[in-house]
Amino acid sequence: MIVMAQTSIKPSRHNLYNTHIIPVSFEYFAPANLQEALELLDKYGADAKILAGGTDLLVKMKMRVVEPKYVINIKKLKELAYIKEEGNVVRIGALTKWRQLEKSDIIKKYFPALYDAVLVMAGTQIRNMATIGGNLCNASPAADSAPPLMVYEAKVVLASKDGEREVPITEFFTGPGRTVMKPNELLKEIVIPKPEEGTGSAFIKVTRTAMDLAKISAATALKVEDGKIKLVRIAIGSAAPTPVRCRKTEEALTGKPFTPELIRETVKMVQDEISPIDDVRSTAFYRKEVSKVIVEDALMISHERVIKGWFK
Amino acid sequence: MKVPIEFTLNGEKVRIEVEPNELLLNVLRDKLGVTSPKYVCGIGECGACTVLVDDEPVLSCLTLAVDVDGKEVVTAEGLAREGELSVVQKAFIEEAGVQCGYCTPGFVIMIDKLLRENPNPTEEEIRQYIRGNLCRCTGYVNIVKAALKAAEEFKARSAKVEKK
Ligand SMILES: Cc1cc2nc3c(=O)[nH]c(=O)nc-3n(C[C@H](O)[C@H](O)[C@H](O)COP(=O)(O)OP(=O)(O)OC[C@H]3O[C@@H](n4cnc5c(N)ncnc54)[C@H](O)[C@@H]3O)c2cc1C
Ligand code: FES
Ligand code: FES
Repeated sequence: MIVMAQTSIKPSRHNLYNTHIIPVSFEYFAPANLQEALELLDKYGADAKILAGGTDLLVKMKMRVVEPKYVINIKKLKELAYIKEEGNVVRIGALTKWRQLEKSDIIKKYFPALYDAVLVMAGTQIRNMATIGGNLCNASPAADSAPPLMVYEAKVVLASKDGEREVPITEFFTGPGRTVMKPNELLKEIVIPKPEEGTGSAFIKVTRTAMDLAKISAATALKVEDGKIKLVRIAIGSAAPTPVRCRKTEEALTGKPFTPELIRETVKMVQDEISPIDDVRSTAFYRKEVSKVIVEDALMISHERVIKGWFK
Repeated sequence: MKVPIEFTLNGEKVRIEVEPNELLLNVLRDKLGVTSPKYVCGIGECGACTVLVDDEPVLSCLTLAVDVDGKEVVTAEGLAREGELSVVQKAFIEEAGVQCGYCTPGFVIMIDKLLRENPNPTEEEIRQYIRGNLCRCTGYVNIVKAALKAAEEFKARSAKVEKK
């Protein structure tokens, strides 16, 4: 008999439900273009699931966490896989894979925090399969692309048969696995404004093993002008029902002279802007303690990157 | 409802009917008798089921079989040429990068692709590239040695070709 240690943390259910097969059948569609995909979504809505890379969805289907009646595979929508510069913004198609982000000089040059996130996201094979759109729509509080996109104030473009709308990424998540997307909407594109000249940014993720999801993560962006903090943005992942921006800490820092002491003192505030829980990866106590440390480190790295120059 | 699909498997055309919920890994192993991709975790954590699809390493335990319609699939079986093991496969034997062997096909696929992308990898680059592959036996040291040895061998071969 196996005796479980007394703990409030529930054991992982993976071994209970993980079988060799997908134990649900579904009707399968592979639309050839966006229009077809949107019409299918409009018709089947909440009974349907979009399949992009499948690295979240198929795992959930294997565990019977979701059992869609219809699966709409959007991999053929090659028109949604791109990274392009356009004036003051960079546009990333929802079907862009993590591996494409990793190989992109545009991402490396303008968005170091996102680039940091790519380098600690899963392994080569998953990066070859998983899309950035899937990462956001899956809406895990641990989604590694979310904190960086939040400090860059990215927007997502949602498309449906009825048209398109833009939503700031900070308003996109509503809870674990939940977003503002309607059942007939598809995430089409992510639009990221290029940071102002002289802005540094960074992302730090704390994990148990190299391949794991975050226990906690933080992204920061910082611009210091004439010794004063002109712009500061802080976002934390895996420490609340959604990834969160720490606006109060940002306000407390803005306009102050940049010193390591001020940063260390002020970032203590971030622990009150998050609401972490105990789960299989970590405890609420640990997450609160570490939030201060990684935000401080990320801010110092952001600063250093501007001084030393990041990418030529 | 079964869906007919057609793809290339290790250089040969395959035509087969599959259910939409069938995984590539199961179709390869149970229906086509190609057993080098291994079922271990089934949820993307270990890399033992790695195959090349259109020359990119992906996990066959998280790929629907319908998804490889029209594509090219290569497994560790496909790396050997005319009965002769590939450079990477030989290096694994010579450096004792294999113990129980369960993880080996995945590693061999990965190192083969890495060396074609980056013929001169550092140890750090090798380890970063195979971070999605788990091995419970070797402790990775001999796997990395095998990769470095295969890289040397590749270099020696291309030097010979250049001289000619
Ligand atoms: C072993 C392993 C390690 C992982 N490590 C990490 C990690 O380190 N960091 C991390 O953040 N994640 C990690 N993940 C999770 C996962 O790989 C990512 O979240 C990935 O980006 C999901 O993308 P996908 O294309 O595979 O999504 P899918 O599984 O195809 O889709 C995910 C969800 O989003 C919906 N969806 C997808 N695309 C769209 C769209 N365009 N419009 C509307 N809805 C859409 C789907 O219906 C589904 O509900 C890991 C997963 C595994 C299996
Ligand atoms: S069996 Fe596919 S990654 Fe483990
Ligand atoms: S040799 Fe046994 S798992 Fe790697």
